[in-house]
Amino acid sequence: MRKNIILAIFLTVISAIIYACQNASEIELSTYISNGKDIYRANCQNCHGENGEGLGELAPPLTDSVFLEKNKSKLACYIKNGTDQPMTINGKTYQGKMPAFPKLQTIDIAQVTVYITNAFGNKQGMYKYEQVAKDLQECK
Amino acid sequence: MRNLFAIIIVFTLCSCNTEPERLPFMQMEVVENVVDGKTVQDTTFRTIPDFKLYNQDSTVVTLKDFDNAIYVADFFFTTCPTICPIMHRNLLKVYKKYEHNNQVKFASHTIDVKYDKPSVMKAYAKKLGIRTKNWEFLWGTRDEIYALAERNYMVYTKEEAQAPGGFAHQGYLILVDKHKRIRGAYDGTVDEDVHKLMADMDILLKEK
Repeated sequence: MRKNIILAIFLTVISAIIYACQNASEIELSTYISNGKDIYRANCQNCHGENGEGLGELAPPLTDSVFLEKNKSKLACYIKNGTDQPMTINGKTYQGKMPAFPKLQTIDIAQVTVYITNAFGNKQGMYKYEQVAKDLQECK
Repeated sequence: MRNLFAIIIVFTLCSCNTEPERLPFMQMEVVENVVDGKTVQDTTFRTIPDFKLYNQDSTVVTLKDFDNAIYVADFFFTTCPTICPIMHRNLLKVYKKYEHNNQVKFASHTIDVKYDKPSVMKAYAKKLGIRTKNWEFLWGTRDEIYALAERNYMVYTKEEAQAPGGFAHQGYLILVDKHKRIRGAYDGTVDEDVHKLMADMDILLKEK
């Protein structure tokens, strides 16, 4: 009997800890998303649109989840340094030039990346600051 | 007797409603002339003067090409990272509405005359999705374009190294009537203004 009670308490404590942890990471994710949204509005929305719909063939839409997932480690470099590489998005090739955003800090880039990859029909969860810092060192 | 009153009231209201809406004139001047020894007041409207610019096909475009049409003018540059994409996203909606109406035209003037040669603007227009002839992307010398912007369309434009992209300018969409008079100015970055522009264009198209 006593053993059972102890076990029950133990399990409750463990699950509370796990629940608290999940909550903390959820809070971090939603902080990233809400900050990322402000950064997106100020820097990206002009061309990519309020709903990530893009602008003709001038700016590609941000709705291609597969592209975003596959190229996630390159996104930080595209944002920080700009790019003129042709890209195939939703089956269409875009050859425009994206300007650089050198003023954005690593944390800003991480947050805007998380916002983009969790908005416009994308749902790819967290992408951490540390990972973005690493990605930025690998820019070509 | 009462019925008669009602009829009169209804009539009055109807006649008020049938008065066609008119857009204001943006640059109106009252000039005093002396005719036969008497001072007569005359109202004049400033018009857009003739110009000679090149469009995205490198063909000469003059004011004559806008005869019998109302048009929307704006100033932009293709590499502009700030307000131009918003302006043109909005203007594209207006263009789509009147795409096949030959009484409606669009004139986008580049203020970056060094980079935005006609070939660059041709590529830009194609990427924006412009397929018909009624949206002209106009190129001219720096002095011509800046003079038109400031003196005639009343839009502020300036080369400015500190501004994003190298140029500072306002995002106004200017509505010009069939007699080349300015009838409205709308902020191309504000949705409500763009809806107002479309409503005003419908009013202006009905005007003789």
